[in-house]
Amino acid sequence: MVAWSDQERSIITSIFSNLDYNDVGPKALIRCLIVYPWTQRYFASFGNLYNADAIKTNPNIQAHGTKILHGLDRAVKNMDDIKTTYAELSVLHSEKLHVDPDNFKLLADCLTIVIAAKMGSGFTPEIQETFQKFLAVVVSALGKQYH
Amino acid sequence: MLSKKEKKLIKEMWERLTPVAEDIGSEALLRMFASYPGTKTYFSHLDISPGSAHLSSHGKKIVLAIAEGAKDISQLTVTLAPLQTLHAYQLRIDPTNFKVLLQVSFVAPLSLSLLQLLSHCMLVTLACYLGSEFTPVAHAAMDKFLSAFAAVLSEKYR
Repeated sequence: MVAWSDQERSIITSIFSNLDYNDVGPKALIRCLIVYPWTQRYFASFGNLYNADAIKTNPNIQAHGTKILHGLDRAVKNMDDIKTTYAELSVLHSEKLHVDPDNFKLLADCLTIVIAAKMGSGFTPEIQETFQKFLAVVVSALGKQYH
Repeated sequence: MLSKKEKKLIKEMWERLTPVAEDIGSEALLRMFASYPGTKTYFSHLDISPGSAHLSSHGKKIVLAIAEGAKDISQLTVTLAPLQTLHAYQLRIDPTNFKVLLQVSFVAPLSLSLLQLLSHCMLVTLACYLGSEFTPVAHAAMDKFLSAFAAVLSEKYR
């Protein structure tokens, strides 16, 4: 079980309550596909991903990015048991989607960069530390059901 | 591999960041120490508290070295040759008179993962500083450059 201080909880809920999921989600996914192009292999059915502009304007990527943020929202609302909350999702990513769990960290890093760009100097080292702790728990939970 | 366009973008970005080298460098270090406390063990000979003189000067040194490398990326091995030796061996600094005493030791070169963690924190610092200007394309180029920089820097480790 992961221990969260009151301050950490408040930092996480505050960050997410100030986000437009329709904006940040797609931005993070787009960034991941551009910075780590091998992740595009999981989106072969999404259509044109041939260059940065195609990725940025692809409606399937847009929709999926939003979906991802709503998925993260469930972890925000269940911080005390992210492992159980994500058990099904972990099975899905392993058995149906066949996603290498190393990629979860790449997307997490891109989300961190998107949030940092949005919050600017407000994304202090302490806030970064808490946000990264949260994402590390998420990434770990998503990899838990891989066998 | 960095394209011609990416090399130009990297060169221009670091030219712009050189005037604020101290701020960017010390912030990247502070972020790394906050998120990855194990990295502090490599700086036990310095005062790395926020606002300290050591932090500012070290942060500045790091950014200026990166900016120097960015001027001609195809020459990274030449540019970084002096720094390669410095980072392959344990550094000792006499705190009373800031003299650098080079102590040959195979005990603990700056770990490869430290270079990666610092690179990550440098990217976060740039994102905070540049906001929406730190586009996915710029981020990709910067990440590739910092990876190449770290790889060349650690070439003498073994």
